Amino acid sequence: MTGLVIDDVSMTFELPNGGNVEALKNINLEIKEGELMSVLGPSGCGKTTFLNILAGFLAPTAGVMTLNGHNITGPHPERGMVFQHGALFEWMNVSHNIGFGPKMKGTPQVEIDAKVEELLSIVGLQDFGEKMIYEMSGGMQQRVALARCLANDPDVILMDEPLGALDALTREKMQSLVLDIWKKTGKTIILITHSVEEALLLGERLLVMAPRPGRVHKEYKLPFAELGVGADLREVKRHPEFGPTRDEILNMIWDMEEEIMGRTENA
Amino acid sequence: MGKEILDVLGVTLWMIVGIIGIFALYLAVSGLCYLVQRAYYRGRDRAKGYTSLKTVTFGDESAVTGNRMASVAAVITLFLFWGIATGSKLLPPILPQPFVGESAFEYTAVNAAGESATGTVLVQVNAADSDDKSKPDPASVVGASFAKTDVVVVAERRAKLVKVQSNDDGGDQDGYTVTAINGKPIAPEETVSFDDGDVFMTAKGSLSVRPATGMTMEALYLPPPEKVWERFIQLNKEGYLGVGLWENVFWSLIRVVVGFALGCLFGIPLGFAMGLNSWLRGWFEPIVEFMRPVPPLALIPLIIIWFGIGEQGKISLLFLAALWIMTIAARSGVSGVNIAKVHAAYSLGATKKQILTKVILPNSLPEIFTGARVAMGVCWGTVVAAELVAAEKGAGKMIIAASKFSLTDIVIIGIIIIGVIGYLIDVLMRIAERRLVPWKGKA
Ligand SMILES: Nc1ncnc2c1ncn2[C@@H]1O[C@H](COP(=O)(O)OP(=O)(O)OP(=O)(O)O)[C@@H](O)[C@H]1O
Ligand SMILES: [Mg+2]
Repeated sequence: MTGLVIDDVSMTFELPNGGNVEALKNINLEIKEGELMSVLGPSGCGKTTFLNILAGFLAPTAGVMTLNGHNITGPHPERGMVFQHGALFEWMNVSHNIGFGPKMKGTPQVEIDAKVEELLSIVGLQDFGEKMIYEMSGGMQQRVALARCLANDPDVILMDEPLGALDALTREKMQSLVLDIWKKTGKTIILITHSVEEALLLGERLLVMAPRPGRVHKEYKLPFAELGVGADLREVKRHPEFGPTRDEILNMIWDMEEEIMGRTENA
Repeated sequence: MGKEILDVLGVTLWMIVGIIGIFALYLAVSGLCYLVQRAYYRGRDRAKGYTSLKTVTFGDESAVTGNRMASVAAVITLFLFWGIATGSKLLPPILPQPFVGESAFEYTAVNAAGESATGTVLVQVNAADSDDKSKPDPASVVGASFAKTDVVVVAERRAKLVKVQSNDDGGDQDGYTVTAINGKPIAPEETVSFDDGDVFMTAKGSLSVRPATGMTMEALYLPPPEKVWERFIQLNKEGYLGVGLWENVFWSLIRVVVGFALGCLFGIPLGFAMGLNSWLRGWFEPIVEFMRPVPPLALIPLIIIWFGIGEQGKISLLFLAALWIMTIAARSGVSGVNIAKVHAAYSLGATKKQILTKVILPNSLPEIFTGARVAMGVCWGTVVAAELVAAEKGAGKMIIAASKFSLTDIVIIGIIIIGVIGYLIDVLMRIAERRLVPWKGKA
C-alpha cells in the first residue's frame, strides 16, 4: 500500500530524575501519497518529536510506521527534512548545498549540475548558485533548504516550522512557493507551524495536537490549500470559511494553553 | 608573614600612585593632542547623522573604532617621552642633563694648631662613554697654603670619595678637620652643594663628590632611542655573541613552528577522537583537563631535567603548550556541531563516514582556527621564556645574555622585536582565518 501509515505510535522520554514525559501517546494516522498536512498545537505538545520520529531521528517507544509498505527504522533520503534554521552547510556555496544529497549517493557531477540548475530556478535563486550561505538572507536560506531537500527526490517532505524565522512578507512568498512545489511535484508534505493562518493555508488536512500526553486533538479537511495554488493567498484568506475556522482553532489552542498554565500553577 | 603582607600592601599603594601619575601624564598629552586635532579638523570631518551617536550602542564592538590619528599620536608621544626621559640628542635638552665637564670647589680646613686655610678640589666629570684619561693639573691653581689642591676624576652620575686632607701639610695629625665647602659649613654625615654637584662628608671626614645627576634616566636603565637604533644597526651587521640578530629570531620562530605543528598534528585528531567517541573521551579527559590549566612555563624545570637544554626540550615544551589547546579546540568544534546539520545530512542519505568528513570536520574548522590563534600566541610567549632559562640561540637567549652585561639597548631591541613578531603572527593567523573559514561567526 502507498502512503504513510502511523500505527499506535507512542514516545515516552525518561527524565534523568526518574520521571518521564509522555511526548506522544497512541498516535494513529494514515497520510495518503501527495497529501499536504499541517500540524498545529501548543508549545510542548510533541510536534517536533512526532516529526523527528517520522524522519527516523528518534525511535518511538511503541508502535510502527510504514511508508509505502515498508517499516521506518531510521533516517532515509525517501523522507526529506527542512529545518527552521541552521541546518545548511556554511562551508559550501548554495549549489554544493543543494547538490549534497545526490553527491553523497555518487551521482555523476553532470547530472548533479543539471539538477541543481533546475532546482535553483524552481525556488527562484537562478543567479545565486555561487553565493555562500552566509551571504544569503533568511528567506533565501530557506529556499536553499527546500531545494536541497527536493534534490534527493524524497517521497515525503517533513518541515519543522520552516518559515518561523521569516518576516511576514517573505513568509507569504514562501507559502506560495511551498504550495507550488506541492502541486508541481505531488509530494507528501507534513508541515509544523505555530501560525494558525499558515496551517490553514498549507494544509489540505490540518491536525491540531494536544499536550500531556501528546495526542491528536482534532482534524480538519480544508479547501484553502487547493484554492491557494497559483492564486493570491490574501484572496484565499477572504474566503467566508477562513475567518471562522481560524478563530475556532485559535480558541481551541488558547484553551489548551490556559489549561497547561492552570495545571502548572496547581502543581 | 604579617610584615610581608604589609609590604605587599605598601607596594600596591605605591604602585597605584605611580600608575595614576603615569596615566595622568599620558592622558594629559592625549587630551592636548585631541584639542589640537579638533581645532585643525573643525567642521571638516564631523561625524554625520547617527554615526555620531554610535557610542550609545554599548557592547557593539563595531560601534567605536580606533581613531587612526590618535594611535599615531600615541606612538609618537611614547617615543617623545622616551627621548625626553633619556635626554636624547635628537631633541633639544628638556630635562636637566647630568653635569659633564670641569668644575671645582674650595674647602676650608683647620689644622691641629687651630689655623685655617682654603684649598681647591678640581673636579673633572667624564661622560659615561668617554675614555678620556687626562686629568686636571693641580699646578694650575695658584696660591699656596697648607691645604693643597686635590684632583677628582669621576664619571657622570657617579660619586667619588676624596680624602682632601691626605696631601695637606699636617693633614695626618689629630685635629685636622675640614669645616666648610665653598664657605658653607660642613660636618660628618652632612651634605653641602657646590655649583655642579653635591659634597657629602663621611663619618671619617672624607668627602664624597657627586656631580649633578640631572633628571634624565641613565643609559644603563633606559638608553636613548638613537643609541638603541645605533645598536640595532650594529646588531644587524655583527650580531651578538657570534649569533646574528635575525638568526636568533629565526631560531625562536623555527621552534614555535615545529612545536605548534606537532601540537596540531596530534592535538586535532585527539580532539576529534574525544569529541566522537565516549570511551576515548573518558580515557583522555583526566589528563587533558589536568594539563589544560598547567601553565607551560611551570613545565620548564621538569623539561630541563628530562631533556636538558637542547632543542628537544624546547620543542617538547612548545608541543605540550600547543597540544592541549588544539585538543580542546578540536573537541569543542566537533561537539559543537548543530545537531540539525547532522540530521539533515542523514536525511540526505549521507553515511556515517560522509557525515564525519563532509559535515563534522568542516564544521569544526572555525573553532580549530580560534584554538590555533591562541596556541600560536602561547607558543611564542613560551619559547621566549624557555630561551631565557636555557638556550644557545634565540630571541630570549639574546636578551637574557645582554641583560647579564647590562646591555640594556640589546634587551630593548629584543623586546621590541619579540612584540612585533608576536603581533605579526596574530595578523597572519587572522588573514589565514579570513581566507580559509570565511563563514566563521556568520552562521
Ligand atoms: N530529548 C528529550 N528528553 C526529554 N524530554 C523531551 C525531549 N525532547 C522533548 N521532550 C519533551 O517532550 C515534549 C514534547 O516536545 P516537542 O519538542 O516535541 O514539543 P513541540 O510541540 O515541538 O514544542 P514547540 O512548539 O515548542 O517546538 C515536551 O514536554 C518536551 O519537554
Ligand atoms: Mg518543536
